[in-house]
Amino acid sequence: MPQSADKVLDHNKLFHEPEYKEMLKNKRAKYENAPSAPQVTEILDWTKSWEYREKNLAREALVINPAKACQPLGAVFAAAGFEGTMSFVHGSQGCVAYYRSHLSRHFKEPSSAVSSSMTEDAAVFGGLVNMVDGLANTYALYEPKMIAVSTTCMAEVIGDDLNSFIIQAKTKGSVPEDFDVPFAHTPAFVGSHIDGYDNMMKGILDHFWKNAERKETGSINIIPGFDGFAVGNIRELNRILGEMGVEYTVLSDVSDVYDTPSDGEFRMYSGGTKLEDTKAAINAKATISMQQYNTKKTMEMIEKTGQEVVNFHYPMGVQGTDEFLMKVSELSGKEVPESLTLERGRLVDAMADSQAYLHGKTYAIYGDPDFVYAMAKFVMETGGEPTHCLATNGGKEWKAQMEELLASSPFGANAQVWAGKDLWHLRSILATEPTDMLIGSSYGKYLERDLGIPLIRLTFPIFDRHHHHRFPTWGYQGGLTVLVKILDTVLDKLDTETGTLGETDISFDLTR
Amino acid sequence: MAKDLEDGHEKLIEEVLAAYPKKAQKKRAKHLGTAGPIEEGETEIVSKCDTVKSNVKSVPGVMTIRGCAYAGSKGVVWGPVKDMVHISHGPVGCGHYSWSQRRNYYTGTTGIDSFVTFQFTTDFQEKDIVFGGDKKLEKTIDEINELFPLSKAISVQSECPIGLIGDDIEAVAKKKKKESGKTIVPVRCEGFRGVSQSLGHHIANDAVRDWVLENGTGADYEPGEYDVTIIGDYNIGGDAWSSRILLEEIGLNVVGSWSGDATLAEMENAPKAKLNLIHCYRSMNYICRHMEEKHGIPWMEYNFFGPSQIAASLRAIAAKFDKKIQDNAEAVIAKYQPLVDEILAKYKPRLEGKKVMLYVGGLRPRHVVTAYDDLGMEIVGTGYEFAHGDDYKRTGEYIKEGTLIYDDVTGYELEKFIETIRPDLVGSGIKEKYPTQKMGIPFRQMHSWDYSGPYHGYDGFAIFARDMDLAINNPVWGMYDAPWKKSA
Repeated sequence: MPQSADKVLDHNKLFHEPEYKEMLKNKRAKYENAPSAPQVTEILDWTKSWEYREKNLAREALVINPAKACQPLGAVFAAAGFEGTMSFVHGSQGCVAYYRSHLSRHFKEPSSAVSSSMTEDAAVFGGLVNMVDGLANTYALYEPKMIAVSTTCMAEVIGDDLNSFIIQAKTKGSVPEDFDVPFAHTPAFVGSHIDGYDNMMKGILDHFWKNAERKETGSINIIPGFDGFAVGNIRELNRILGEMGVEYTVLSDVSDVYDTPSDGEFRMYSGGTKLEDTKAAINAKATISMQQYNTKKTMEMIEKTGQEVVNFHYPMGVQGTDEFLMKVSELSGKEVPESLTLERGRLVDAMADSQAYLHGKTYAIYGDPDFVYAMAKFVMETGGEPTHCLATNGGKEWKAQMEELLASSPFGANAQVWAGKDLWHLRSILATEPTDMLIGSSYGKYLERDLGIPLIRLTFPIFDRHHHHRFPTWGYQGGLTVLVKILDTVLDKLDTETGTLGETDISFDLTR
Repeated sequence: MAKDLEDGHEKLIEEVLAAYPKKAQKKRAKHLGTAGPIEEGETEIVSKCDTVKSNVKSVPGVMTIRGCAYAGSKGVVWGPVKDMVHISHGPVGCGHYSWSQRRNYYTGTTGIDSFVTFQFTTDFQEKDIVFGGDKKLEKTIDEINELFPLSKAISVQSECPIGLIGDDIEAVAKKKKKESGKTIVPVRCEGFRGVSQSLGHHIANDAVRDWVLENGTGADYEPGEYDVTIIGDYNIGGDAWSSRILLEEIGLNVVGSWSGDATLAEMENAPKAKLNLIHCYRSMNYICRHMEEKHGIPWMEYNFFGPSQIAASLRAIAAKFDKKIQDNAEAVIAKYQPLVDEILAKYKPRLEGKKVMLYVGGLRPRHVVTAYDDLGMEIVGTGYEFAHGDDYKRTGEYIKEGTLIYDDVTGYELEKFIETIRPDLVGSGIKEKYPTQKMGIPFRQMHSWDYSGPYHGYDGFAIFARDMDLAINNPVWGMYDAPWKKSA
């Protein structure tokens, strides 16, 4: 009996006790009809071969471990960033449970959204009744200032018309006529979560701006995009723009939503972009998107209002931040202050101090298109080589942009860009052409285990580490966070490799 | 004693309902209540809980905590079958969100002979919706067979669009089965079917019946008189293993594990067993009933949460066998008694009198009650996401009169209940965890054991007791009020 009250063994120890090992061995031998150990080894080795890679990359229908989610998740995330807003997802209810869980697991925070809970009857007759009753219930129970409606694939397949449904629900008194109910169609079989973000953002802005007359001010709008580090990053943006004295509005500010305090009160709504600011944002001089692939349709729409539009790829690192600050300076007429110049110098100083450990290191980077772009750019600034760049939700345009970026630096010379590929493709690619490090989300831990390539978690979702999202990755300060994460991994790896007592520890240095 | 609160509960229920528009209020009122007194002559139960309405459609526009049929089939029943590839057939999201989240532990070489922590999907695009996805599914199956030669079978888990656009996944499965000789299981678990996960469980069971049990022979072993199958244990954090070790210690052979750490062969072994032992009644009673009818295998429920129920269950299971097994059961219960005594000596003083509210899925709202009871803790409220009338009936075996009962509770109701009752601990899921903790109330995820476990069996009870203690008695709960702010 391995268990005792003195020392409670968790699953990670308990099942390695002799009783359990014996039990599981017997189970496998007698009842599982399992393949033999040599068979398993043979296939394991084969899956890491060039032959397997070719078969794997030739896949046409099957997708395995894709690094993307579906549209409505992005819509729920975008809507969460507005004051007092409840996401109302029209369709089958299980989806909403999934979005809420997914966001809660990453942020370790509450995530609120409701569903219109459509079932078979709605599949036959349409979801109008669900919308009419649902909006009334949401409005009465959760007292939102705005209800942002998006769809699941079910509602899209049966062709429910949100605009008409919302009008009818208002007519029937579900919510007051003048209550804000922006909407977006977000079919899960088109694009990914970043398109859902785009559609919802466009839906909300369109709702507030469609009959408004634009009177230009000097203010700037900033759209952060779907960003797992939003809490740290938006606050860092606020600090930077505060330092500069710029007048601005963050459109969809989720920083307080996914970072509420523990003080005895559950805040269903916290922070977020004020609705009146959202309305007034049409008057801005310009809108900056921090992630161009998250905001394509939105930015097209904004451009039509007469605003200047500027697109970035997740500004990270020295040049990414430089470009962002210079653009903000140009648009606002405010100079980049000395304080930020000093911060820049500190980041550069840190990179110079550590360059010996980073120069020539190779990386595989995966995630959303803008993240991969930014990460590859920063890696090259440190003298690293982004050898494999993969975005499951990246297309031809992204691939071309990536190739242009990589061609701009000698450190990109050996890079390969993998648009539309998944993490099982990446396994084959890394088994045959390994890198020193892997940068992405928690899902990369399976690749880390299979291939022994250390994973650096720098993008959504991060389920198996806590609180990363509270620290910025944008701006010069954020650059430091990213730099330290990479360096810690490099140095940990070095310690592990030189750490076996009496065997490999000749270079087990105290000072690195 | 909770009974004193009965009036309070009724008032509380009234208050909670007051926020709803009339139509929804009327509907929700039927799902909330308190455990009532038993009628004369009833001996099996301690209270009457099947007075609340259950297993009906959720009210639209509320934060229901429920999932869907796909979650019930792929997420619960099929997903843990380790040597099969489970295709999330349809758009990318469903497979993505359910990827590796239920902690169904297994042994094996992932990606080679085991696939539980994988996400296989046909990743539907608009053209697949327009032209149908059957051809894509065929190709997907071919690609799986080529890239994963040691996979034993394939299941096709339908997402919402499949049923809506009228794809014929059964025809594809039959065709591909003929070509490859592999078991291929089409599962019609589209998320819009039914009112919760529950129908997904049922559909998944039916698919096991029709596509696995009909043609499988299982592993090659000599069947014996002590062969049993564990049914309805998904091996979350290793639950099925800490259960299995006890069954084997009393002399039984567990020939199959459904479906935690299961292989296709183990599912096929079941009709050769002498007895089916079911833990999660809700999700797998269907297949037990089928095997009883078709193969003549009796089944019984058991409960391996907490020492009282573990001992009672071991005795009840042993009673189905001969004296040798019965003696073994007594010996095993005696063997673990010192461990139980140690655990109770250590943790009961820290937990005694603490009040707990639960809101979970299919069996735990009633099964864990006695584990808390063993630790001197009291359940003041409980409810199910997807129970049926028979579950509530069974709940009466465990729940004291006066306990607050809530079926398919909405986020709004649960928060109000927690806020008003202010229990010492809430046991529910990830979506409820953070709102509850923000209120300053300790919380444990009772779907996934909060990344801990196992909780089944004696080994699991030690972890359960330790976890409740660490949740409730952590110093952080005393730090919510800033010292410069006077507490209200």
